Amino acid sequence: MNTDLRKKYWKENLKYLSILLAIWFLVSYGFGILLVDELNTIRMGGFKLGFWFAQQGSIYVFVILIFVYVRLMNKLDKKYGYNEE
Amino acid sequence: MSDVQIWTYVLVALSFGLYIGIAIWSRAGSTKEFYVAGGGVSPLANGMATAADWMSAASFISMAGIISFAGYDGAVYLMGWTGGYVLLALLLAPYLRKFGKFTVPDFIGERYYSKTARVVAVFCALIVSFTYVAGQMRGVGIVFSRYLEVDINTGVVIGMVIVLFYAVLGGMKGITYTQVAQYCVLIFAFMVPAIFISIQMTGNPIPQLGFGDTLSDGSGTYLLDKLDGLSTELGFAEYTSGSKSTIDIFAITLALMVGTAGLPHVIVRFFTVKRVRDARKSAGLALLFIAILYTTAPAVAVFARTNLIETVSGKEYDEMPEWFSRWETTGLIAHEDKNGDGKIQYVAAPEVNELTVDRDIMVLANPEIADLPAWVIGLIAAGGLAAALSTAAGLLLVISSSVSHDLIKNVLNPGLSEKGELWAARISAAVAVIIAGYFGINPPGFVAAVVALAFGLAAASFFPAIILGIFYKKMNSQGAISGMVVGLCLMLFYMMKFKFGIFDGGQEAVAGLQGDWWFGISPEGFGTIAMLVNFIVAIAVNTFTNDPPEDVQEIVENIRIPSGAGEAVEH
Repeated sequence: MNTDLRKKYWKENLKYLSILLAIWFLVSYGFGILLVDELNTIRMGGFKLGFWFAQQGSIYVFVILIFVYVRLMNKLDKKYGYNEE
Repeated sequence: MSDVQIWTYVLVALSFGLYIGIAIWSRAGSTKEFYVAGGGVSPLANGMATAADWMSAASFISMAGIISFAGYDGAVYLMGWTGGYVLLALLLAPYLRKFGKFTVPDFIGERYYSKTARVVAVFCALIVSFTYVAGQMRGVGIVFSRYLEVDINTGVVIGMVIVLFYAVLGGMKGITYTQVAQYCVLIFAFMVPAIFISIQMTGNPIPQLGFGDTLSDGSGTYLLDKLDGLSTELGFAEYTSGSKSTIDIFAITLALMVGTAGLPHVIVRFFTVKRVRDARKSAGLALLFIAILYTTAPAVAVFARTNLIETVSGKEYDEMPEWFSRWETTGLIAHEDKNGDGKIQYVAAPEVNELTVDRDIMVLANPEIADLPAWVIGLIAAGGLAAALSTAAGLLLVISSSVSHDLIKNVLNPGLSEKGELWAARISAAVAVIIAGYFGINPPGFVAAVVALAFGLAAASFFPAIILGIFYKKMNSQGAISGMVVGLCLMLFYMMKFKFGIFDGGQEAVAGLQGDWWFGISPEGFGTIAMLVNFIVAIAVNTFTNDPPEDVQEIVENIRIPSGAGEAVEH
């Protein structure tokens, strides 16, 4: 099998991973923990925003992140011919 | 017998009948079926099974209550026990599926071409799984004793028989399909009361939105503002802001996330699907199914806390509703009239406070506090049992496969036949159930504490070894083994010192040691530090020792590519 192709595939995979994990970190550790006091000054209906990210928002983002990853990888697999049926 | 009890019996009996029926229908005929359900589970079924496997008695019964009393700080569990799935989906599941073996020690043993590594991994898997499973059996006993008024021990035995039946008979195949049914039971049982109460309190049928909505009494006040007000009035911390230090919150959340991703009974579920892409997808579905409960729990926490304060605070003891005395007999709620005025003072200051509330009551008694119909109350018992049994079964399978596959077949007796191994797996599952049941009946006082720490142990041992095994091709066995051993020992040491006070005169000394916590991090959060140490030791040792053999590096290249194993062996 083509080693170059493998390397390129892996690099693109790592790029996706770093972007998605950066978002993962930002919503939970960033918005939910480190910046919680600052965000709590903003309100969304009855929720203080920092509190909402810590107990609701981050979880929604986690779910979305995985499904985005699934889509990106399915496309990538197809592009490199690594998809299997 | 009361209506509630009749409903409870009927619902529990129906759900148990369903599990047994599924077990008979899905018997395992080969080791592949026993360990990984034949490897042909659909992503949807695997997602549900993973969710049920994951959500234990603690998630179902205790979590909303813990959040209820911790307020903002409860976020560590919410984020920690869901965020780990992102790591699992992105960093572990697809590659381990491609690797295509039966157990986590399988991966560690082959990737690090070493029997020692495999045995160390088996040891870690057994410690983590046994501590965890004992808590589940206890949970089964508690639900039985509170709702069906049987003795706790009888409850544990009934639970053992049921699990024994479908785990030993069906292995992973039986467990997977019962877990699908158990997920449906538990999520229904959790959501129905939550929706009822949300409508009652805010008029909003979606609990996730309801707890950020205004009260339905027409005052226009937001529920959370009201709870913040009530809390500060009684001397508690404001509900929406926390009392733990930021670094500790950070460390606990990370330890729980990484621990989740490193728990063998969760990882092994991704060996059961057909293709790599199915592993990714089922991780997403699993988190979606988990998120339904995990985003509802903080809402339940707010509803229950507000309801509790409003019902009891400053009210006459004699005028308490019926549920109060019923739960008093179980010892979960207690009133001591310190100032003799016949009223219940519920405040933060311990010398004035007259009410002690066990946090489990927030879910168990919540439907009664909110005065919901009898069938809704009856659901809680069936849901709690589904949560505890599904997790127990998943853990028992890890224990049995670690023993039969990793120890007996791969280390002690490689000549064992397929049939012999299947029997070994069944017998070790049966032995594991009995040991777990023993701990359920005679719980060592530290079970609850250790369950939380199982995550720290998983974070400190497995996670770095697996990640490095996939993402760092040159990682060798010496590095990985030293990392796992040092990480595990450091975590055990910190637990013993700061959780059990073993070096300073026992449990009483623990509170006084808080000032000595390293970097101000609690034992629950220390898994984060132990994990970092594991990474550092592994990489340091790796630098001074030889590269792994060529064929192992080839394995790593190979698991990074999702498509068929056949074409990758080319050169």
